[in-house]
Amino acid sequence: MKRFLAILLMVLAVSPLKAEIEILITEGRDDARPIAIVPFAFEAAGVVAAPPFDFAKIIADDLARSGKFKPTAIADLPQNPSSVEQVDLNLWKTLGVDAVVYGLVKEKSPGIYQVSYDLLDPYNDKAIFDSQIEEGSYALVDQSQHLMLLKDKIVGQDNYRWNAHIAADEIYEALTGERGAFATQIAYVEVDRSQQNPYQLFVSDSDGFGAQRIFSSRMPIMSPAWSPNGQQLAYVTFENGRSEIVRQDLAKAQRDVLASFKGFNSAPTWSPGGSKMAMVLSKDGNPEIYLMDLTTQKLTRLTRHYAIDTEPSWSPDGESIVFTSDRGGRPQIYRVFLDSGETKRVTFEGRYNAGAEFSPDGNSIVMVHQSSKGFHLATQDLSSGAINILTKTNLDESLSIAPNGSMIIYSTVSGRQKVLSTISMDGRFGMPIPSTTGEVKAPAWSPFLN
Amino acid sequence: MKYLTKLAALAVFALVISACTTTKPTETTDTGTTQSGPTAEQLAAQRAAEEARRAAAAEAARIQALLDSTTIYFGYDQDLIDSEYTEMLRLHAERMVAENRSVTLEGHADERGTPEYNLALGERRAKAVAQLLKTFGVSDSQIEVVSFGEESPAMSGHDESSWAKNRRVELNYK
Repeated sequence: MKRFLAILLMVLAVSPLKAEIEILITEGRDDARPIAIVPFAFEAAGVVAAPPFDFAKIIADDLARSGKFKPTAIADLPQNPSSVEQVDLNLWKTLGVDAVVYGLVKEKSPGIYQVSYDLLDPYNDKAIFDSQIEEGSYALVDQSQHLMLLKDKIVGQDNYRWNAHIAADEIYEALTGERGAFATQIAYVEVDRSQQNPYQLFVSDSDGFGAQRIFSSRMPIMSPAWSPNGQQLAYVTFENGRSEIVRQDLAKAQRDVLASFKGFNSAPTWSPGGSKMAMVLSKDGNPEIYLMDLTTQKLTRLTRHYAIDTEPSWSPDGESIVFTSDRGGRPQIYRVFLDSGETKRVTFEGRYNAGAEFSPDGNSIVMVHQSSKGFHLATQDLSSGAINILTKTNLDESLSIAPNGSMIIYSTVSGRQKVLSTISMDGRFGMPIPSTTGEVKAPAWSPFLN
Repeated sequence: MKYLTKLAALAVFALVISACTTTKPTETTDTGTTQSGPTAEQLAAQRAAEEARRAAAAEAARIQALLDSTTIYFGYDQDLIDSEYTEMLRLHAERMVAENRSVTLEGHADERGTPEYNLALGERRAKAVAQLLKTFGVSDSQIEVVSFGEESPAMSGHDESSWAKNRRVELNYK
């Protein structure tokens, strides 16, 4: 009943467009850890001006989106400290949160801010000994023994949001031991039929903000893929009437065509080292996987079968590739080892398994799996072969795993719209990312960017 | 166009033949005067001629309709061409041969499954149509195959009625 009321209040409090996400946040997993993110205090230099974004809110939203944390509502915070001296540990113990984040934003000059923030464990009075906080850098009060992070940065207006994501990464890593992936980007395709060039390729921050259009076309765009250094995107474009693979430098906005062979050119994916690209070409009569040396642009054919072979994904060690093939009659996942050429079938459960990607630890794959209820994301453990269906959504496709392996972004259909959605690697927490215009698809999560 | 003229000529020829075989010379009476109205046999002959003309016109229209239709639909995850399209594709092939025309075969898939697999499936469908056109005499150089996978649906819905319209090959004359 309490949860129902919470949902109702949320629905009343926010605009209808955003209601859906808010509801899903309140329905987050029960084992999410309670954390307090106190709104940061602000000191203006001269003319009073608010900072460009709410630093603490960006951190809280990031942590909530991971599904691993449940930030306390601002109205329920017992105090609003902005320095360690002001922290009353008993208040936070009574609230029962695992950790507290507070901070201060000082405007140094127009558009330049000094941002300081701390992370503190109200229960652990030896936390500072496990932290990297230097002796002498903190106030000599009892509460300081509880500090896990003590940060002080100069941040410009242009990278203010980005630095809040970095702060969320630091906090996430301090609390989970796993590297955060909030300061990353997502590439995706948006189709807005009201535009002259309806097909548009965007790159945004991992929370969907700061979207920048990097290419648009009258014709479809498919399969964006990041270079391992995060500086380039490869994708499939139909701008010349048929599929071609191009590579685009994000900073210089330079483009070059990598594959424009007879037949189709598709599914580009960089090797982990960045020197090669796996791609699918039908130039020799039917779809086969090729490896292109990106220095010489020389091709090596990897598969040799009259069936469809497509959707290559490199293992993190670069020694094998999983791909989709219907050589057994139906689409299933196969794995080829590059040194020996040995090919093994990986999936046996279900009529349709396709579009697999290795998890960053290389121990499992995530794929599109057809069950009796439709097309869902599923993981398969590569040693045991056990399958775990992750999503309840249907028509799921184009999955991409966050570089820390915690979350998956994918394309699905919600209502009558093609939208992006996320799901945690264990399938316990997910939420759709609403679009303001048109249909959104083909997401690709960037590698770590700093 | 040349091919259509030929079709029309054939239809007229069929009409003339049928008229010849069913019409008999007009009978006269002993008095030598011609009957003022047509006899029952004449009426029957006229009716038969009219029916033959209509049948020929209907056949020409049916053939024209088949030549006007340029989309072949497929079953889910299938590239088999249903036999209902055989005559349509034979007629297109005959036109392509007679008039030395070239076509683009655009292969498409519904949105189920992954976009990259569907790109391959769209090509497989277009190639199945290309193969059939070739067995009817069209040469390789007259056919271009392009797959759009699930990227260019004919219908935007997310249900079977839309999917059925999206699993298709479109035959476009150049």
